[in-house]
Amino acid sequence: MTGFLDMGGYGLFVWPAYALVFAILFGVGLASWRRERQKARLLAEFERRRHGKGER
Amino acid sequence: MHWLANPARFVRLADRILPFVLGATIVLFALGLYFALVASPADYQQGDSVRIMYIHVPSAYMASATYLVLAVAGFVTLVWRHPLAAVAGKAAAPLGLAFTGLALATGSLWGKPTWGTWWVWDARLTSVLVLFFLYLGYMALWGAFEDRDKASRAASILALVGVVNLPIIKFSVDWWNTLHQPASLLRAGGPTLDPSMLRPLLIMIAAFTVYFVTVWIWRIKAELAEIKLSNLSRRGGAG
Repeated sequence: MTGFLDMGGYGLFVWPAYALVFAILFGVGLASWRRERQKARLLAEFERRRHGKGER
Repeated sequence: MHWLANPARFVRLADRILPFVLGATIVLFALGLYFALVASPADYQQGDSVRIMYIHVPSAYMASATYLVLAVAGFVTLVWRHPLAAVAGKAAAPLGLAFTGLALATGSLWGKPTWGTWWVWDARLTSVLVLFFLYLGYMALWGAFEDRDKASRAASILALVGVVNLPIIKFSVDWWNTLHQPASLLRAGGPTLDPSMLRPLLIMIAAFTVYFVTVWIWRIKAELAEIKLSNLSRRGGAG
């Protein structure tokens, strides 16, 4: 296990590289997904209110 | 008005594709990580630092590929005024910026143990840095105009002008003396990598690609919803 973490002496370069890539990709993905959800919710709310007004 | 039908059709198609590309992203990243970190050998010269290749090369490849998306979207925007193209370009740009930043950062982390330096001002590294600033400029132009059409036109022109940088990046390692190694994947005569290293690399490239498609779709959908919202509220305010 220590051999794996040590990466033959290159652990200090390999692990930060992987951590950075996955932190950024995950962060960008999550932010984009949440923004999409939020906009979809707003749109649905807007249309519901508009239709509600029309029926009254 | 006919173009409104198009984004709606796009959203329907996108919703059908999304579960597959999202699933593929998760599976391919899990597989890719296993092969990249566990089930592939250390390099006889570079040792385990070679494992940075499995994330550096896909980042760099996606950095250029995403810019190609911006350029094609820009072309379609300028020539046919297709609104979905403008949205597609705008939605892709932050992803391209992220890939370019990651290519530079992982390259730096690979360069230090391999070349003995974090950075050199050679043709490959400098042209990728230029790509990074092209993305920043493109995004800044989108933000600089109140009017959507003006913003999309300005950003599209920048995307098209900047496309000359792509062949410079690709061939910089052949045209100039550089520390950066020449192509070992997309080269005449086929890849020079051993299959044990080619496998994790190709899986990771596939993972990065489906990741891009997944997040790109989310971003396009958000952008389309935002346009619709602002149109609706404008109409609602007027009426």
